[in-house]
Amino acid sequence: MQDAVLAMLAKEPSHGYRLRARLRQALGPLGESMNAGQVYVTLARLEKAGLVAAERSDGLPDRPDRKVYALTPAGQQRVSAWLSEVNWPKANLTEFHLKLAAAAAARLADPVELVDAQRRELLRRLGEAQRAVLAEPDDSTAGLLLEGVALRLQADLRWLDACERVWSKPKNESEDA
Amino acid sequence: MTDFDAVLQSRGLSRYHGQGESLVRAVDEVDLDVPAGQTLAIMGPSGCGKSTLLHLLGGLERPTDGEVWLAGRRIDHLNERGLARMRRRSIGFVFQNFHLVEELSARENVELPALLAGRSSRAARRRAADLLERIGLGDRTRHLPWELSGGQRQRVAIARALANEPLVLLADEPTGNLDTAATIEVLRLFADLRAAGQTLVMVTHDERVASTADRLVSMHDGRFVGDTRLAGGTGRLGDLIGLDG
Ligand SMILES: Nc1ncnc2c1ncn2[C@@H]1O[C@H](COP(=O)(O)OP(=O)(O)O)[C@@H](O)[C@H]1O
Ligand SMILES: [Mg+2]
Repeated sequence: MQDAVLAMLAKEPSHGYRLRARLRQALGPLGESMNAGQVYVTLARLEKAGLVAAERSDGLPDRPDRKVYALTPAGQQRVSAWLSEVNWPKANLTEFHLKLAAAAAARLADPVELVDAQRRELLRRLGEAQRAVLAEPDDSTAGLLLEGVALRLQADLRWLDACERVWSKPKNESEDA
Repeated sequence: MTDFDAVLQSRGLSRYHGQGESLVRAVDEVDLDVPAGQTLAIMGPSGCGKSTLLHLLGGLERPTDGEVWLAGRRIDHLNERGLARMRRRSIGFVFQNFHLVEELSARENVELPALLAGRSSRAARRRAADLLERIGLGDRTRHLPWELSGGQRQRVAIARALANEPLVLLADEPTGNLDTAATIEVLRLFADLRAAGQTLVMVTHDERVASTADRLVSMHDGRFVGDTRLAGGTGRLGDLIGLDG
């Protein structure tokens, strides 16, 4: 979240509560669980790193919620770097893939059952995201994020189907050896 | 069978084709209980028997063996006339390709089942107008199917399926021919129907469609191989995107 908070300060210095309101607006229903503390923790880290500077409003006590935060020159550089970066985080497939392989090799658990449990969990999450998509108006920006979440979960579910197909076949013993 | 909580039930329901070497068990001893008001999704690979199962449940096809019960009444051994009557009055079908009558307007398509069930043309007309209003197409009643978008056509087909207030709506890949936006139109309509207590059984290939159901059944080679309850999430949508510092 650090980069997003920095980028939101690029337009103008802001109070923490304004930043939080803007983040929540962009995230829609996905931002509802974000608490006030998270933004201040992030701002404190950024301040410590010299990327933002906090200015206390005149005559008010020294509390984070009274401060106005602004980008430092270093913060500005970081925002430009973040915007031009082509970063597409990888889904964590490898860990699950290795879990299945290890479970099968050590006969610790049935890989098909692991796949099944994982599928139930992803379906529940997908249902949650999909119902939120249905509740958003068609032109909502937050709806766009939900759409992305739902499409990724769908891709993961299709991959789990492929995992099940492969792991439900009796394995050739020599493959383990 | 006296379990009236289940509006639709099957026991040992089977439909075989061919014999000997070429025997195909399209549906193989399926036991199913669908409680009133439930939205049930059925998924499974192509050819695993999903359409056949819907046809058996809705009396479009006769089983080789087993029973189908609708609202506590056994329907699989009704005669042709009884079966046709039951389908008209108690079952609504929705198909992937809409199956609208191309020569008739949206309103006339929706009127048709009520007229066939012997209702007066005034009653049928009023019911069609109400339904089209409810599905958000009150301003498209005179349009012919080809003048409507895919999502709108499917919504008209759903309105037609609801014309006689069926006990159960059976939908075979209702979003199979629709793009994402049109799929969302149809899912919003299904969500409204669910809120109004409509029982719905749908076959789908789309995980996003299935995930909105109360329950998901997986089929393979004519049999049920999984039954998952879906309703009730974490209530913490934010967890889906990992909102941390
Ligand atoms: N009239 C028929 N004659 C012979 N085989 C059929 C007939 N109808 C369906 N089948 C076979 O029954 C199986 C299930 O078909 P279907 O219910 O259409 O599957 P799905 O809808 O899951 O794709 C398939 O193997 C199909 O080829
Ligand atoms: Mg089919």
